[in-house]
Amino acid sequence: MSVFTIEAGLALLGLVLLLVEAFKPDISRRTLGLTAIAGTALAFVLLLVVRHDTASLPSFMQPWHQLDTLALFYKGFALVITLLVLWLTLECAPYLTRFTVDGKLAEMFSLPLIVCSGMMWMASARDLVTVFVALELVTVSFYVLVAFARKSALSLEAGVKYLILGALSTGILVYGIAWIYGATGTMSFEGIAKALANPATSKPTALFGAALILCGLGFKVAAAPFHMWVPDVYQGAPTPVTAFLSVGSKAAGFVVLTRALDAFLATGSVISTEIQAFLLVIGSLTVLLGSLPAMFQTSVKRLLAYSSISHAGYLLLALACRETARFDLSSGGIVAFYLATYLPMTVLGFLGLGLMRANGLGEDIKDFTGLAKRNPTLALFMTVSFASLAGLPLTAGFIGKLFVFLGLADHGYWGALSCAVIAAAAGFYYYFKTILAMYTTEGVETTALTISTASKAVAGVLAVIILILGVYPKPLQKVLTSGEAAAVAK
Amino acid sequence: MSVLEIIIALPLLAALAVWLGAPARAASLGATFVNLALVLYATVQYAGKPAGLAFTNARVVLDNPAISFAVGADGVSLILALLTSLVMLAAVWQIEDRPNIFYISSLLIGGGAMGAFLTTDVFFIYAFHELALIPTFLMIALHGRADPAVRKAVAWKATIYLGAGSLVLLAGLAWVVLEFSGGSKLTFDLEALRNQAQLTPLPVAKQAQIFFVLLLGFGTLVSLFPFHSWAAPAYATAPTPVAMLHSGVLKKFGLYGLIRIALPLLPQGAQVEWVQNALLLMLLGNILVMGLVTIHANRLDDTLANSSVMHMGYIFLGLAAGTEIALKGAVLLMFAHGVSIALLFGLCGRMRNQLGTLEYNKLGGLASHAPAFTVLFAFGAFASIGLPGLANFAGEVMIFAGSFTEFKAGELSNLHWTVILALWGVVMSAVYMLRAYRNIFHGSASTGLFMIDPAFSQRLPFILLAATLLITGCCPWLLLNLMKSAL
Repeated sequence: MSVFTIEAGLALLGLVLLLVEAFKPDISRRTLGLTAIAGTALAFVLLLVVRHDTASLPSFMQPWHQLDTLALFYKGFALVITLLVLWLTLECAPYLTRFTVDGKLAEMFSLPLIVCSGMMWMASARDLVTVFVALELVTVSFYVLVAFARKSALSLEAGVKYLILGALSTGILVYGIAWIYGATGTMSFEGIAKALANPATSKPTALFGAALILCGLGFKVAAAPFHMWVPDVYQGAPTPVTAFLSVGSKAAGFVVLTRALDAFLATGSVISTEIQAFLLVIGSLTVLLGSLPAMFQTSVKRLLAYSSISHAGYLLLALACRETARFDLSSGGIVAFYLATYLPMTVLGFLGLGLMRANGLGEDIKDFTGLAKRNPTLALFMTVSFASLAGLPLTAGFIGKLFVFLGLADHGYWGALSCAVIAAAAGFYYYFKTILAMYTTEGVETTALTISTASKAVAGVLAVIILILGVYPKPLQKVLTSGEAAAVAK
Repeated sequence: MSVLEIIIALPLLAALAVWLGAPARAASLGATFVNLALVLYATVQYAGKPAGLAFTNARVVLDNPAISFAVGADGVSLILALLTSLVMLAAVWQIEDRPNIFYISSLLIGGGAMGAFLTTDVFFIYAFHELALIPTFLMIALHGRADPAVRKAVAWKATIYLGAGSLVLLAGLAWVVLEFSGGSKLTFDLEALRNQAQLTPLPVAKQAQIFFVLLLGFGTLVSLFPFHSWAAPAYATAPTPVAMLHSGVLKKFGLYGLIRIALPLLPQGAQVEWVQNALLLMLLGNILVMGLVTIHANRLDDTLANSSVMHMGYIFLGLAAGTEIALKGAVLLMFAHGVSIALLFGLCGRMRNQLGTLEYNKLGGLASHAPAFTVLFAFGAFASIGLPGLANFAGEVMIFAGSFTEFKAGELSNLHWTVILALWGVVMSAVYMLRAYRNIFHGSASTGLFMIDPAFSQRLPFILLAATLLITGCCPWLLLNLMKSAL
C-alpha cells in the first residue's frame, strides 16, 4: 500500500460519511464523529507503517508525488491536527448544534477528512498544478466549514468574507502560476528552479509571476498586508474550525511556500535577491501588524487570531533565512519545527476556548477572570499554552522563536530582527494580560466549571508535549534533520 | 546524576506536589529543608576539591545549536545556592494562614533561582531566571498589599521593566553566542564559549559594546540606576515571601550573570573607559541618589525597598573595579545583602500584618512588648548599615579596599573618586536605618499601637537568617575560601 492510497482512502471515508448521514438521518453524531476519528487514527498508523514505501506509488502519480521527509512530516502533521479538530468538534457539539440549521453536525465530521487528504496531497506536490488542485480542495471545504454555524450572524459574515477573499487570492495565485509558466515553460518545481538559474530567463516576467504566487499564498497563511480577513473569520467561525484554520490551513500554506521558495531561491536563481527582500519586508510587516493590534483586543478569540498572524510572520522570516550555515536545519526545517511547536499550543488555546464556550461562557478576556478559582486544572493548561505562545523559555514556543531569531542574527538581518523582537515583547504583554485575568481573585464568580475527563486528558497531553518540547527538543530536530539529509541525497 | 540536579528539581517538584494537593506547608518545608541540607553537603564537599567546576553533568537537549541541560558549580554559584536555600526556607517558613499559591510561588521562585545559579548553559541560565520572574509578577498583581488597581499598575511596571531588560539581555547573550561559538556550530555551553573567548579574544572595542549591552540587560534586572524605578514599589507591594525571595535572591541573578558570563568572556570590556565611566556614574546614582530617596521615605517598606536598590551600587562598584579582592567582596556582599534584606522584609511583613501600618509617625515603642522581634530586626538593620561583626561589613570593606588600589598621591582616577563618594552612602545607610529603628522600636506610639513577639516557631526562620549574618560576619573566610580562584 502506498501513502497515496491512504490519502485517497481518507477522502473516500469523508464521502462515505457524507452519504451515510444523508441516507440514514437518524445516525447519532457520536457514531459519525468516532468513525471519522478512528479513520484518521488508522490513517496515521498506516502512514507510520508504509512511510518508506515509495515503490508502490501508482505509476501515473509518480511525476506529481514526492515523499521526502518534509512531505511525510507534514502528512503526519495534517493527520494529527485533523484528529484533534474532530475530537474538539465532538466535545463542542452540544453547543455548536444550537447554531446549525437542522441541529446536526454531519459535514463537520466529513469535510475535515477531505481537507486532511488535501493537505496530505499538498505536502507531496512536485508541481504547481498539484499544489493548486490540492489547495482548492482544502479551501473550498473551508468555505463550508467556516459558515457552518448558519444561525450565527458572525459565522455567516465570516463565511462570506472568507469566500470572497479566498476566491480573490485563488485568482491571483492562478494568474501567478500562468506567468511563471510563461517565463519558465514548466510547472514542476524542479523545472522552475532549473529555468530560473538560466540567465536567459526573462527576469521581470518570472519576478512578476513569483510575486503573484507569493501574494496568493500570503492570503492563505495570513501574511500582511493580506491578513485583514483573519480576525473576523477566526472570530466568526466555530471554534474547532478556527483551530483547524489556524493550524492546518497555515501549515498547508507553509509547506507550499517552502516548496515554491526552494524553487524561487535555488542557487543561481535570477530572482533570488528580490524575493528574499520581499520575504523580509512581508515577514517584518506581518509580525508587527499581528502583534501590535493584538495588544488592544478584548476578545481572546480575536487575540488568538492576531497572534496567529504574527506567528505567520515569524515563519516567513524563517523562510527568508536561506542556507543557515551554522544550523543543521534548513529554513524549511525550521518552519516545520516551528509549526510542530505551534500545533500543541494553539490547539490547547482553542480547546480551552471551546470548553469555556461549552460551559456557557463568552470569549472575552473578562470571561477568563477568575478561571483559576473555577477550574484550576484548565487554568494551568491555558497558562502553559499562552506562555508558550508568548515564547516563554522552557516552553516549546521559545525554541521555535530562538531558531528564528538566531537565524536572523546569523544572517545579519538586523531590521527584521528588531521587528521580531518588538513583536515578541508585545506578545508578552497581551498573553500575560490574559493569564493575569485568569488568576485574578476579587469580584469573580466562584461556581466551578466542569470539563470532561477526556478533555482534561487531551489538554494535559498537549500541555506536557509543550513542556517536553521546551526542554528536550532534540528528538523533533532529529526527525526533521534526517529528512533534510534524505532529501539532499535523493 | 549530579546532586545539583536534585537541588534544582526538588523545589519545582514540591511546587507541583502542592498544586496536585499535597499538604502545602509540610511539603514546602520538607523540600526546602532537604534542599538546604543538600546545598550544605555540596558546599562542604566542594571545600575539599580543587578550584573549578564541580558536580558537573550535561544532558544534551539539542545538537545544533548545541544546548544541553548542564549543571556545575564553583564557589560563587555555591554561595548563591546557599543564599537561595536559606532564604527560601525562611520565606516558606514564615508563611502563615495564606492560600497554597504562596507556597507554590515561593518554591517556583526559589527553584528558578537555583536553576539559574547552578546550570552552566546560557540557554538554561536565562530560562530559569524567566521561570522565576513569572510567579513574581503574578503574586504582586494578585496578592500584593495595595488596592487591586495600584498593585496591578506596580506589577505591570515591574513586568515592563524586567521584560524589556530580559529582551536586551537576550540580545546580548545571543550576540555572545554568535561571536564566541566559533567554527561551524552555535553553542550555548558556557565553558565552550569561555574557551573560545580565551583562544580568540575579541577586539577591545567590540568587547566594550557587548559588555555594555549585557550591563544594561543584567543591570535592569538588578535595578541599576536609572533603570531602577520598578524595584522599590514592587518590593513595597509584593507579598512578604515574594519580596524576601526577589530582593534577597532573584535580584542577585543579574550580578551573578555579569560575574559569570560578562566578565570572563569580555575581560577587558568593563575596563574600557567609556563603559567604566558609564558604570561608575550609574552606580553612584544607585548609592547617592537612592540613598537620599531612602532618607526621605516615611514608611518602613519604602525605606527597605529603596535601601535594597541603593546597596546594589556597592556590588556594582566591586564589579567595576574588577580586582580579585573587590570581586570576592562583591560576592560576599551579594550573600550578606540577600540574607539581611530577606530578614528585614520578613519582619516588616509581620509588622504590617499585626499593626496594619508601617508609617513612622504612627509607630513607636514596639520594643517594650516585643523584645525578641526587636533584637532580630536590629540584626538586619545593623547588618544593612555595615556594622563590623555582621556579614555586610566584610563585603563592603573588601569592595572599598579592593577598589581603592594603585593610588598615587595627587592623581585620583575616576574609580578613586567614586569610592570616595560611595563611602558617604554608608553614612546615609546609618542615618535612615537608625532613624527607622528608633522611630519604630523606641519612644512611644502616638496611636498606641503595639505588637507582641511571634511564637517561638515563627521566630526560628528569622533566627536562622540572623545567625547566618553573625556567623558570616565573624568568619567570612568560610565563604571566601570557597571561591578559590573562581574569579
